[in-house]
Amino acid sequence: MRRTIQSVLLTLQDVVILGWRALRGWHGGRGGGARLLAQLDVIGVQSLPIVLLTGLFTGMVLALQASVQLAPFGATLFVGRFVAASMLRELGPVLSGIMVAGRVGAGIAAELGAMRVTEQVDAIETLGADPVRLLVVPRVVAAAIAVPLLALLADVAGLLGATVISAAWLGVPARTFWQAAADQVRADGILWGVLPADLVQGLVKPFVFGILLTLLACHHGLSATGGTAGVGVATTRAVVSASIVILVADYFLTQLLLGLV
Amino acid sequence: MTAPAIDLRDVSLAFDRPVLRDVSLAVVTGETVAVLGESGTGKSTLLRLVLGLLAPDAGDVRVQDRSVPAMTPSEKRELRRGIGMVFQQAALFDSLTVFENVAFALREHRALDERDLTHRVQEALALVDLDAARVASLLPAQLSGGMRKRVGVARAIANRPAILLYDEPTAGLDPLTTETVVELIARLARELHVTSLVVSHDVRAMLRTADRIALLHEGRFAFIGAPDAMRGSDEPYTRTFLAAA
Repeated sequence: MRRTIQSVLLTLQDVVILGWRALRGWHGGRGGGARLLAQLDVIGVQSLPIVLLTGLFTGMVLALQASVQLAPFGATLFVGRFVAASMLRELGPVLSGIMVAGRVGAGIAAELGAMRVTEQVDAIETLGADPVRLLVVPRVVAAAIAVPLLALLADVAGLLGATVISAAWLGVPARTFWQAAADQVRADGILWGVLPADLVQGLVKPFVFGILLTLLACHHGLSATGGTAGVGVATTRAVVSASIVILVADYFLTQLLLGLV
Repeated sequence: MTAPAIDLRDVSLAFDRPVLRDVSLAVVTGETVAVLGESGTGKSTLLRLVLGLLAPDAGDVRVQDRSVPAMTPSEKRELRRGIGMVFQQAALFDSLTVFENVAFALREHRALDERDLTHRVQEALALVDLDAARVASLLPAQLSGGMRKRVGVARAIANRPAILLYDEPTAGLDPLTTETVVELIARLARELHVTSLVVSHDVRAMLRTADRIALLHEGRFAFIGAPDAMRGSDEPYTRTFLAAA
């Protein structure tokens, strides 16, 4: 137990140091724009199908579950409120984060791990370049941009899925569903007269998740040792730790954001 | 008197066990020194100390009269721009073509236009007897072991370093390719006037190539001297090592 806590604290320390080094080299240097675009494609565009599918089916399930809860009270017309609140504040950000952690986090840890064990990371250093600037910064910045957008699209897919189920199974017209969803968003608060509080939560959370999951994946990849077996271990650790950290961070972010917005 | 290009002074380093114990070695400018020894004796660790990738527990590592452990991270990066490193398995960037691999340091550190950059890459590839027109667009996975090694050397020399470090340059190569790589090390030292530190277990090749040999045994140098002096040495471990080779 003591060793586990020690190991977790050391990992945390390494990730904070890596984050600090990434922050200092955030501009990416020469060729940074091209590297960022490449990572936006890998992390953002290529994750789109899996995130949309996750959002769609989550919305559909939410609509079904909502109908079970609301039908005894004759309140199925409010299914839009239930789905909107759940998707925008929690399920969109968390599920997008976990899906990206699984797909992208594993890929980053495997790629950087392979580079580490084949001495390519050492080669970058010996050529006088900074591996954090070249390998970590573009991935972290791309995730910070892409994961909130993916979460937003997952929200939309979820609401569309729920609309279809509501109309087909519960007899709630699409217009009524979206009206209820809009009422819920308004009820949760509008900041500065334009910005829905739900959307703030739905964007801030995946922004933080994106940074955390890529930092963890980069850390585990760059720390890989022991050949191909070490790459496998790094990949597993990256996905497991990122998934857990997303859930833990979600709790603290929710508490923080509920107090702020 | 000019300072040595590489100067290890009473260097000690331990991981879970002592690796180097009070090791001293000075490599003068333009000299080729081969560090020989059994596997796991800390030969490659010496190269990492010179590059500042590791810091000694005690002693000092000086490159061109500057203490490497005392340098800041950016000073170390600056230092490495003047040092070329050839890795045991070449360590080519497998997502980049041969051209991009060789051009890597030039793109990072020099504001060359594309024409000058192409010229410098072709020049580096020609120095290792590779035809740029034939190999430039290939990926590392499409190269043979010997070609990978030569591209690794081309990448190391593209930025015109003053010091070249080789980590097991002939490991895993057939005898003919080994001969080519050994000749290449000697030719680069001659033509580019670089200081070379070669870590190897290939005794015969190094006896022919190096100006001096340093034999590492149990964390200390059992022998440092010219190849002829090594052949005639009475030092017990040196004799055993040469007999086994």
